[in-house]
Amino acid sequence: MNGAGLRRFGLGLIPWIGAILLWYAVRWSGFVNTSLIPAPHQVAAKFFELLTKEGLLIDIFASTRRVFLGVALGILVAVPVGFLLGWYRPARTFADPMINFFRALPPIALIPLVIVYFGVDELAKLVILFYASFFSGVIVMYEGVSQITPLYIRVAQTLGANQAEIFRKVIIPLTVPHILTALRVALGVAWATLVASELIAAQRGLGAMIQNASTYFLLDVIYVGIICIGLIALIMDLILRRITARLLVWQDRAIA
Amino acid sequence: MTKRAQFDKVSLSFGTPKGRLNVVEDVSYDINDGDFIAVIGPSGCGKTTMMSMLAGFQKPTTGKVLFDGRPVAGPGPERGVIFQEYGVFPWLTVKQNIAFGLTLRANHVPAAEREAICDHYLGLMGLSDFANSYPKHLSGGMRQRLAIARAYAVKPQFLLMDEPFGALDAQTRSNMQNLLLKVLETEGKTVMLITHSVEEAIYLASRIVVVTARPARIREIIDVPFPYPRDESVQERPEFGELRSHIRQLVMDEYRAQQAQMRPVSFSE
Repeated sequence: MNGAGLRRFGLGLIPWIGAILLWYAVRWSGFVNTSLIPAPHQVAAKFFELLTKEGLLIDIFASTRRVFLGVALGILVAVPVGFLLGWYRPARTFADPMINFFRALPPIALIPLVIVYFGVDELAKLVILFYASFFSGVIVMYEGVSQITPLYIRVAQTLGANQAEIFRKVIIPLTVPHILTALRVALGVAWATLVASELIAAQRGLGAMIQNASTYFLLDVIYVGIICIGLIALIMDLILRRITARLLVWQDRAIA
Repeated sequence: MTKRAQFDKVSLSFGTPKGRLNVVEDVSYDINDGDFIAVIGPSGCGKTTMMSMLAGFQKPTTGKVLFDGRPVAGPGPERGVIFQEYGVFPWLTVKQNIAFGLTLRANHVPAAEREAICDHYLGLMGLSDFANSYPKHLSGGMRQRLAIARAYAVKPQFLLMDEPFGALDAQTRSNMQNLLLKVLETEGKTVMLITHSVEEAIYLASRIVVVTARPARIREIIDVPFPYPRDESVQERPEFGELRSHIRQLVMDEYRAQQAQMRPVSFSE
């Protein structure tokens, strides 16, 4: 790592250290019952215990897989749908109110219905995550696509491009940034929805782990679960930002 | 001399909530092979619309716009367009921008020749050092040179330029004008230039079409007596000055007419 990279890493670390110190401070201040706030080192110890004895990795894997599948499927559908809505104004007038109606519904409110229609298995969780990522992704896509300037298409036409060439060589490159943004937004929303989806009688998964721990008042386990979700979401976002920076070197903005 | 493009009693109007808005009205003139036509008039008068019809983006409401004797049906690679906003593709490098047209099926350029064509125009436009840069690293003048290089690379017989140097500073602008004259010397083409600069029109064009305030009609068509190749000394000639004051007078008249149109009646002096 070079000097600048090291400094950036150090800068990024400071708020985390601050948060841990604050955590200790709250615990030692005497204002709250210490049994209600496990100390950071206790949580860390619990983390290793869960990791080695309770198969925490299986929970992490189960949750990550759900998020991954839900987002992948959601975006796979959101990209063409969002594209059509952004590209054809009549399609937007036609579908916009409905999309906003469904987007406004919190996925948690749908859980009882999802159980009725899709049961309590893997499929039900996937449906919830798909729902959450599709609607967050489709909005980003169509807002983005509808702002593509016709200038580039005109330029391509004057150079002799046919419809297929315009699509492949102009519209796709202009759509990629919006797909990546949609992915990022959907990932964030999907992690937020994960716990809700795993409330549906999940055996494994970070949401299930938190849910079970709350039954037995195992606060340290809840902390481990929450921190794991946050960390994995952070790592996924970092990876996606790296990919974005690589794919969009041409963009006139500074990223990561 | 063969007629390349013809405007034949061309009018264009839009339906607006307040009634029909005439943008171009009964315009007729020919552009011959090898002509350099400059269209000049007050801003917002409809001169860009004229070019837009020849480029194939808009259709006349009445009358005919012909290219090589056939009505213009849409945009095509035989009519290169330089846009006011440049329109260089930001996701492609400088070289990829120039190569864009060459990779299109309509232009039939064998892959083996593309490299040489790109290099030729990179050199001609002074962009060789930036071949692999993205447009975000280029200045306005360089972006415009790139747009010109890209349009030239597909070898159009006809160039349509919409205030191509309007956004550039005075020095860059005059460099670009000289570069354009130099390039035209070696690659004879027919040009239609939309501009609001009287000096630019006289310095570059062989014929100047002065259009009126909206709706755009032809006010006067003026032949520029200076032979090509031209250089900046042309601008010192007395004829240049006479032509300039004559055209400036016409344009100012039309500009005032345009202002009067826009001013509410209650404010008229």
